[in-house]
Amino acid sequence: MADPVLKIDGLEVLFPGFSGDVHAVNGVDLDVQRGEIVGLVGESGSAKSVTAMTALGLLPPGAFRQSAGTISILGRDVATMSEREMNKLRGGDVAMIFQEPQTALNPTKTIGKQMLRVIELHSDLRGMAARDRAIELLKDMRINDAEEILGRYPFELSGGMRQRILIGMAFACSPKLLVADEPTTALDVTVQRQVLQLLHAKARQTGASVLFISHDLAVISQFCDRIYVMYAGRVVESGPAQKVLGNPQHPYTAALIEALPEDADPGAPLASIPGTVPNLVNPPKGCAFQARCRHAHAACDSRPVLTDVGSKHQAACWLREEISA
Amino acid sequence: MSFLNVIRRRLMFLILVLFGVTVITFTISNLIPGDPARMIAGDRATPEIVQNIREDLGLDKPLPVQYLRYLEGVVQGDFGNSIRTRRPVLEDLRIFFPATLELALTALFFATALGIPLGVASAVWKDKPVDHFVRVIAVTGISTPAFWLGLLVILLFYGNLGWLPSGGRIDPSLEMPTRVTGFLMIDSLLAGDLQAFGSALKHILLPAFTLGFVHLGVVARQVRAAMLEELQQDYIRTAKANGLSRFKVVFTEALPNAMIPSITVLGLALGDLLYGAVLTETVFAWPGMGAYVVNSIQALDFPAVMGFTVVVSLAYVLINLAVDLIYMAVDPRIREVS
Amino acid sequence: MSDATVSVNPIKRALSRVDWGYLWYQVMKSPLTLGGGAVVLTVLFLVIFAPVFATHDPNAIDLRARLAAPSWDHFFGTDEVGRDLYSRILYGGRQSVAVGFFVVLVAGFIGTFVGAFAGLIGGRVDVVIMRLMDVVLSVPSLVLIMALAAALGPSLINAAIAIALVRIPVYVRISRGQTLLIREMSFVTAAETFKASKLHILRWHILPNILSPVMVQATLDLGSTILLASALSFIGLGAQQPTAEWGAMVATGRNYILDQWWYSAFPGFAILITATAFNLLGDGIRDILDPKQKAR
Repeated sequence: MADPVLKIDGLEVLFPGFSGDVHAVNGVDLDVQRGEIVGLVGESGSAKSVTAMTALGLLPPGAFRQSAGTISILGRDVATMSEREMNKLRGGDVAMIFQEPQTALNPTKTIGKQMLRVIELHSDLRGMAARDRAIELLKDMRINDAEEILGRYPFELSGGMRQRILIGMAFACSPKLLVADEPTTALDVTVQRQVLQLLHAKARQTGASVLFISHDLAVISQFCDRIYVMYAGRVVESGPAQKVLGNPQHPYTAALIEALPEDADPGAPLASIPGTVPNLVNPPKGCAFQARCRHAHAACDSRPVLTDVGSKHQAACWLREEISA
Repeated sequence: MSFLNVIRRRLMFLILVLFGVTVITFTISNLIPGDPARMIAGDRATPEIVQNIREDLGLDKPLPVQYLRYLEGVVQGDFGNSIRTRRPVLEDLRIFFPATLELALTALFFATALGIPLGVASAVWKDKPVDHFVRVIAVTGISTPAFWLGLLVILLFYGNLGWLPSGGRIDPSLEMPTRVTGFLMIDSLLAGDLQAFGSALKHILLPAFTLGFVHLGVVARQVRAAMLEELQQDYIRTAKANGLSRFKVVFTEALPNAMIPSITVLGLALGDLLYGAVLTETVFAWPGMGAYVVNSIQALDFPAVMGFTVVVSLAYVLINLAVDLIYMAVDPRIREVS
Repeated sequence: MSDATVSVNPIKRALSRVDWGYLWYQVMKSPLTLGGGAVVLTVLFLVIFAPVFATHDPNAIDLRARLAAPSWDHFFGTDEVGRDLYSRILYGGRQSVAVGFFVVLVAGFIGTFVGAFAGLIGGRVDVVIMRLMDVVLSVPSLVLIMALAAALGPSLINAAIAIALVRIPVYVRISRGQTLLIREMSFVTAAETFKASKLHILRWHILPNILSPVMVQATLDLGSTILLASALSFIGLGAQQPTAEWGAMVATGRNYILDQWWYSAFPGFAILITATAFNLLGDGIRDILDPKQKAR
């Protein structure tokens, strides 16, 4: 089997702070195979974005510390790569799109300028050829008046338009891995669906792998081949999308599914998960979810590890251990 | 907002400012216990002469009438006569203004040329030794008494090293180049007189450094703050994700955007330099408006002080207008909102 | 601040949960603020206890020791009539620091009240007051101060009054801006529905909330006022002979700069150190209290 596009092993990340280090990521293993669309789901604060940003070396230097773990992209250990090599990788073989299309583009440069910059940086296309490529990318994103859009400034465009432009830019140099961090969260629901479909189609068409980060299980379920569920800086369940969603093995996953408004009876109060994500300065000793878990029992004071609960399906919960034991 | 609107708004403000400035200075000038007519006439003048002068100048009229007469003059470019030099104030200012402007612009050049790189370095290496160093330099600049710094550089470069002259604009033994712009460095070049140019350059270095050092801190702080603001924007993250090098991210993405808010500060700095030159010019015997106004104030020569204040305030408003227009030219967000 | 449920006076909440540990952490994280604060305290201490630290009577003339170089007898040398410069600098600091505090207190108090008043009354009164302030601010302040000081007659107290008058609009602006902000917040609207008098609102809701930005401005102003007052003394519009004052000492020392450098150098250095320390402290306090407001 070829090298996975992205492989993260035992990653730990902490942020030094006033009342102690914030242990944001606490031993995450994750991989994305070629052509695969992988979802990373969890509440805000579960360190989905931090995991992805660390992988691409995008966290502001000095603000964080990677205390353990290895990250390899396309078979190469990121730690051994120079800054120049990383720059070549980012925007070339690896692209990333972000949550906030309204601010993710430079406000004082035209769309064209910003697109051409990426294209010329990572390919041999120059001048008109690069411009044609930019127009082609925009057309692929169903932007019809592409030529005209190139001359526009970001503030003149809608959020959905900007996100489509950003996706187009991300695909500029046929990336092998696209990291999409909540790309539709800031958009209207109707625009969301359209942008998602475009992203999905483009990924399938180019064969790019996608690591799709979202707090929205509904979006993830439509879109992903495989899912990782994160809680408090750990993966608590992983497996093929159908299995994880159809037969959740971790109470947290089950709670997330219950909280989906689509499944609720009309008129019934919306389900929610009581409590909040634990304080990561002093992470709980045992299972991080136990304070909010309705199945919590004595065993939960020690931490469960990810174990197989089915084919390619893993969960970190004592309930499953007991059942399978 | 259109260009015309901006200009109209600034001009309205200009009228307000001119009105305010003249009222304030006029009030102050009437606070002084001395009698200007007597000062003009001199100690040995008879009461009749003093009375004549008073009537000549309209000083026997009620204050509001005097003010209106003054204002009428100002609008026509007549600031009255200086009590000290006995020349029309406007003529005095015309002689001294270019020297001050030349000094202020040179100081601004110095402050920007050093202040921008320092501010950028400080922001890029925030909380690192470089940052601490720049911040100390910046705060020191703002906290330095310019008149004292002037004396120290005179002591070092004139007294000890003998490299540079201690004051004046040009070597007195040289012939002054024909006055075209009033800027000696430019006029001497126009005249093809390299010796005069060299002398003018040597003479301006110390005062420009002294005056600029204070604003170096202002510029560095502003650029640092603006850069920090820009560097944490999302588009910077996009640029990094697109594979732009750190160098490019800083200089082609963040810096141009950070310079937009900094234009205001540079404009204000030029205004401040114009009248901040007051102290520096005194120390370096620089024959500009600053030295002129200090002498006038000490002599309670209020027509001269009022003239100076009006001219500098006018320059202030015009600089602000220029800043607004530059703003609109460089920031598409403002330009397009029309 | 857009939280619609804010109905308690936020300053009281803020005060009750001032996290001193956090404040200390912030200060410790910023060595410059710490250094500035330490120097400010040292300067205040030296100046207040000048009689204890002085080695000579600051005004004692000793013509045999005219313009003596720094030595163990005279740490910073002597001036043209043999007065000990070290002792004169200690005593001179009293003038500078006093002027600084005088200006900040006077301008701060008047400005804050006028600003709060304008913001609270609103309408035409507000417009007139603010236009007036705009005009004063648009006049080059150094020249205005110099002209005022000259008109009042050269003395240090007149220089201080001139600076204070010209600084008032700065505080008016801060205070009015803050007042408008707070007025719109729901806890004041709530108080108004209970028919609370304007005075009551001013006293209990507005003034406490204006305090922190005003304090920041005041600390920064201490540094610039000390500079400005010494500049006025330097050109003869401030302290007069034989008062020991830093700016005036630099001015007299100017005549001896090439041969007796210490005469001007030490008093000027004292100004630099004091102003720098106040500015560092002010910057630090602003960053901690109001991280959003950028260094200008």
